Amino acid sequence: MLISISQLVIGSVDLIAAFLLMFGLWRMASPVTAPSGILVAGVGMLAAVGASFLYVFTVGAAAKTHLPLNIGLAVAALLIGAGVAWWSGRKVAITAMPQAVALFNGMGGGAAGAIAAVELFGNAGHGATQLIVTLLGALIGSISLSGSVIAWAKLDSLLKKPVNVPGLQWLNGLVLMSGVLVGVYMVYAAAGGATPVVAMPHLIEIFFGIALLYGILMTLPIGGADMPVVISVYNAFTGLAVGLEGFVLQNPALMIAGMLVGAAGLLLTQLMAQAMNRSIVKILFSSFGPGAKRKQGAIKGSLKPVQASDAGIFMRYAKSVIIVPGYGLAVSQGQGKLYDFVKLLRAAGVSVKFAIHPVAGRMPGQMDVLLAEAGVPYDLIVQLADVNEEFKDADVALVIGANDVVNPEARTDKTSPIYGMPILNADQAKKCYVVKRGDGKGYAGIVNPLFYADNTFMVYGDAAAVCTSMTEAVRGLGAPAAAA
Amino acid sequence: MSYQIHIDGFVAIYIFMVTAFAGWVIIGRVPAILHTPLMSGSNFVHGIVVVGGLFTLLNASAPLEQVIGFFAVLLGAGNVAGGFAVTQRMLAMFKSSGQGAPHAAHGAKHAKSAKHAASAAVKPINPKKK
Repeated sequence: MLISISQLVIGSVDLIAAFLLMFGLWRMASPVTAPSGILVAGVGMLAAVGASFLYVFTVGAAAKTHLPLNIGLAVAALLIGAGVAWWSGRKVAITAMPQAVALFNGMGGGAAGAIAAVELFGNAGHGATQLIVTLLGALIGSISLSGSVIAWAKLDSLLKKPVNVPGLQWLNGLVLMSGVLVGVYMVYAAAGGATPVVAMPHLIEIFFGIALLYGILMTLPIGGADMPVVISVYNAFTGLAVGLEGFVLQNPALMIAGMLVGAAGLLLTQLMAQAMNRSIVKILFSSFGPGAKRKQGAIKGSLKPVQASDAGIFMRYAKSVIIVPGYGLAVSQGQGKLYDFVKLLRAAGVSVKFAIHPVAGRMPGQMDVLLAEAGVPYDLIVQLADVNEEFKDADVALVIGANDVVNPEARTDKTSPIYGMPILNADQAKKCYVVKRGDGKGYAGIVNPLFYADNTFMVYGDAAAVCTSMTEAVRGLGAPAAAA
Repeated sequence: MSYQIHIDGFVAIYIFMVTAFAGWVIIGRVPAILHTPLMSGSNFVHGIVVVGGLFTLLNASAPLEQVIGFFAVLLGAGNVAGGFAVTQRMLAMFKSSGQGAPHAAHGAKHAKSAKHAASAAVKPINPKKK
């Protein structure tokens, strides 16, 4: 009786939770409803976690004696895990969001992998289908765990350079193949086809080892510009793994939530790959950049440096300015300073817009979040497709810490590694200011002809410092608001 | 009467199919400006894995299972709490022109500013207003 009631309550609560999670994501379609969307999803999640303690009443005979310890462990794990993550999630800088998301995502993958491990070690007498699904979830979850950790290390600059050893792709393929083979052998052995040469528990350990190794190897060669795609892929992976383990545990809420994220991640990945004009397969399995072999075409023109204050004052008297922010702005934490400058321009009657490239930053939409943090209203922020036609009518394009996303080579040079990638047409503006720390190349390692164009002027310096001096130069003109 | 859930073969595939479709449609509506919170939000959603972790841990009957189950719950709980905290923080920052005061931007303080001001203020003005 108690078992039936528990199952009824768990089933109902999980049903509601699954709905709330979906509805929450649904509400994330607009900045207006999105904050309530995450709250709705949060309520669903809390209910599901609370209800799962009713599993206490449904456990089998074997686990009954361990129950007090298990409950204690569960409460401790919940408190520690949630506490630490909550604290760090509250504290992490907005610029460090991509790392944080990568890390939390890896945790989810790890949890899915751990569930699979318990299922496998416990060997609860499942059929072949169950075993295959468990193994598949274990594989994907483990790859997501170790891959996300490497992605986190890269984004956090603990790992500086993409590792690019010749033949690494072959090694990766081999590792993945061996993992799959071990899995197939386990299924075959479990079905009674053979007495395993190695004891089953060791096979499970080997399987997880290979999966984790593959996640590391797969992520190591992927470079900075492709990082947003990688995070998105691992997000989808974790979702899939959770969905698959949900099937193994016969929990439809997990199946639904997991698959939802799997599909979402896949779609996001595809959108980003399109924005870079690279196929997902290419991003994941070939490292970025052509090496140094490709000859840079002779670039006409020269770099023309100007003072930040001059640039600032010129923009003050322009009619329209389009700002192209990039990762350099995030690095220098200059978003607040930039918005101070923009507020001055707007007070002086200058029309200002922020043009966002889909893959600017280290995560899709990272620039949007960064600007939002500085207090920039979202109606000033426009996306590539909506703004690109406006560059040719703009007086000034101000490129801050962005490079590859405004490289005209993508339009013209067929040999360029970024050829075909849609770019922001900053070169078509009447005048273009580029704020950069030095003459360095972008993440793609390509020289940008835009910087050498006749109407482009370079403002050298840290983005935040440049914004500060631009602001002060304009303030120095005195009461701009009154003049406008 | 039993309320034990039992999902098998084709039913599972049907569930996966419909959900994948729903996910595709739901996410397709989200504008690019919200892609980071969306990713973080979906990251939070797959944190439901913690429920599976709890089920596994509560049903554990051997020390090894208990240890791994503990980590499943630990990691899952981290996924949920971290994902929520990060997403909520990001979404709270999105404001339209009409809405209240902008958030204070955090970041480095700039001690250099005074020096820049001195050099900038005296520059001759070169108006090109059209």
